[in-house]
Amino acid sequence: MFFSMLGYAFVQRALISGIFIALSCAALGCFLVLRRFSMIGDGLAHTGFAAVALALVIGASPLAVAIPFVMLMSLGILRLGGKTTLYGETAIGLVSSLAMAAGILLASLGGGFSVDLYSYLFGSILAIKESELILSIVLSTVVILIIKIFYRYLFSITYDEEFAKVSGIRTGLVEKILILLTALTVVLGMRVVGTLLVSSLIIFPAVTALQLSKGFRATILIAMACGVISVSAGIIASFHLDLPTGATIVVVNFLLFVAAFIYGRMRN
Amino acid sequence: MREEKTLRAGQPGITVRDLHVRYGQYEILAGINFTVPMGDFLAIAGPNGSGKTTLVKALAGLLPVAKGEIIFSPGIRLGYLPQKTAYADPRFPATVWEVIASGLAARNIFPRALTPHDREQIGDALNLLQIEDLAGRRIGMLSGGQQQRVHLARAMVDNPSLLILDEPTGALDPHSRECFYSTLVHLNRQHGVGIIIVTHDVSAIGEYAASVLYLDRKVLFHGSPADFEADAAMEHYFGLHQRHEPHDHHRAL
Repeated sequence: MFFSMLGYAFVQRALISGIFIALSCAALGCFLVLRRFSMIGDGLAHTGFAAVALALVIGASPLAVAIPFVMLMSLGILRLGGKTTLYGETAIGLVSSLAMAAGILLASLGGGFSVDLYSYLFGSILAIKESELILSIVLSTVVILIIKIFYRYLFSITYDEEFAKVSGIRTGLVEKILILLTALTVVLGMRVVGTLLVSSLIIFPAVTALQLSKGFRATILIAMACGVISVSAGIIASFHLDLPTGATIVVVNFLLFVAAFIYGRMRN
Repeated sequence: MREEKTLRAGQPGITVRDLHVRYGQYEILAGINFTVPMGDFLAIAGPNGSGKTTLVKALAGLLPVAKGEIIFSPGIRLGYLPQKTAYADPRFPATVWEVIASGLAARNIFPRALTPHDREQIGDALNLLQIEDLAGRRIGMLSGGQQQRVHLARAMVDNPSLLILDEPTGALDPHSRECFYSTLVHLNRQHGVGIIIVTHDVSAIGEYAASVLYLDRKVLFHGSPADFEADAAMEHYFGLHQRHEPHDHHRAL
C-alpha cells in the first residue's frame, strides 16, 4: 500500500518538495529558536498571506509576488526591532497582524477567499505543481548551502553576538542573511503546511533536537532529520487516513518532540 | 574615532586620547587619557556607573567614540571576554570545542573552513587552560569557573597580544576566582599577554595587577597598586569597596 501511493506523481512531488523545504526550515530553526527569534516564522508567514492575496487580486503568480515581498518585509521587521524602541517580538507582532489584516482586506476586494488563497492558508502540498517542485528544490538547496557557507559566523552570532563583533564578524550582515533565508523558506513552507502552521516547521524540529544533542552541529543535523521524518510521515499518514496534510505534519512533529523530551529527561 | 596607526617599536600598546563616549545625549566618558604598555596587567576599577564597561567596550570597538581617539600599536591582536558570558545558557547546545573554535577571528566576509592549523590552535588553547577533558562537554553543563576558563580559551585561541576582560569573576566562588586570576597571571608573565581587566575585586588588584586605572567618568588615578594604596584621595573609594568585599583579602590596600 505504501509503495502503491509512491506511484502517484503528486505524492512524489509532495514528498520531494516537502523534504527539501523541511531541511531548510529545520536548519534555520536552530538559529532562530536560540536567538529567541522563533516567532519570526509566524510573522513572515502572515506577510506572505498578504502577498498571496495581492498576487491573486492582480492575477500574478503567488510565489513570484510573495518571495520578494516577504524578503523585503523581513528586513523591515529587523529594522523595526533594531532601530526603534520596539522589542523584536513586538515588531513581529505589529507587522504580522497588519499584514494579516491587509491580506483579509485584499481577499475581500478580490471577491472573497478563493480556493487558491485557502490553499496557502492551510497548505496544499499534495497539489504542488512541477514548477513549484523545482523551485522548492532549487531554493531549499540554496538556503542550505548558504547556511553551510556561513555556519561558523551564524554559530558565533547565535552564541555570543558581542564577542562575534569583536572577533571581526559583520554581525549585521550575517543577521540580514539569516532573516532573508528565513523569509524565503517561510514562503516555501506556506505551500507545505500553510500560513497558519508554517512556524511549526521551523520551531518543532529545532526544539526536538535541543532535547537530544549536546553540540551545535549535531543539533542542526538532528533537527533536519526530524523535519524530514515529520514531513514524510505526515504526508503518508494524511494520505492513508484522509486527513489534512499540514495539520498531520504538525502532529507528527509534536509526537517526535514528546518522545525526545521524555528520552532527554530519562537520560538526564 | 577608533583607528589603528603605525607606531614605532617600543611604543605603548594602546593610547587613549581625550576619549568621549555618549549614550544618546548622556556622556558616559568625558575626556579619558591613558596609555597601556605592551605586557601590562591593568585593573580598571571604579564605582557602579563610572563607565568601566563603557571604556572596555569602546576599546574593543563595540561602542562608537564620540570624540578623541584610541590608538593601537601595529599588529596588536585583541582577545575579549564579555561580562555576560559569566554563565552560559544551560540549554544552549554547544560543546566546549565549538565555543573555543568560534574564537578564531573572522577577517573576511565569508568564513573559511577550519584548517588543521586551526584545530591545532584549538588544541593548544584547551591545553593552555587545562580543559582538554572538557572538550566534548556541553558548555552550559559546566560550573561557572569551568565556563570562564572555556571563554578565556576562546579569547586566547587566536593568540592575542592583549586580553580585555569585563568583570570576569563576578559570578565565581572564591576558589574559582583564585584559579582564574592565577591563569591570567600565568598568561601575563609566561606568555607576555597584556591584560586589561574590569574588576570590583580589591584583593585581586593588590595581588595581581601591575597598574590600576580608577575611573569615575574621568580618570581619577592611573599608577601602581602601591601608589594607589598611598593615594589619600583614593582611600575614600577603596574604603567603600572594602566594606562590601565578601571574602578575606590577601593583601589590604
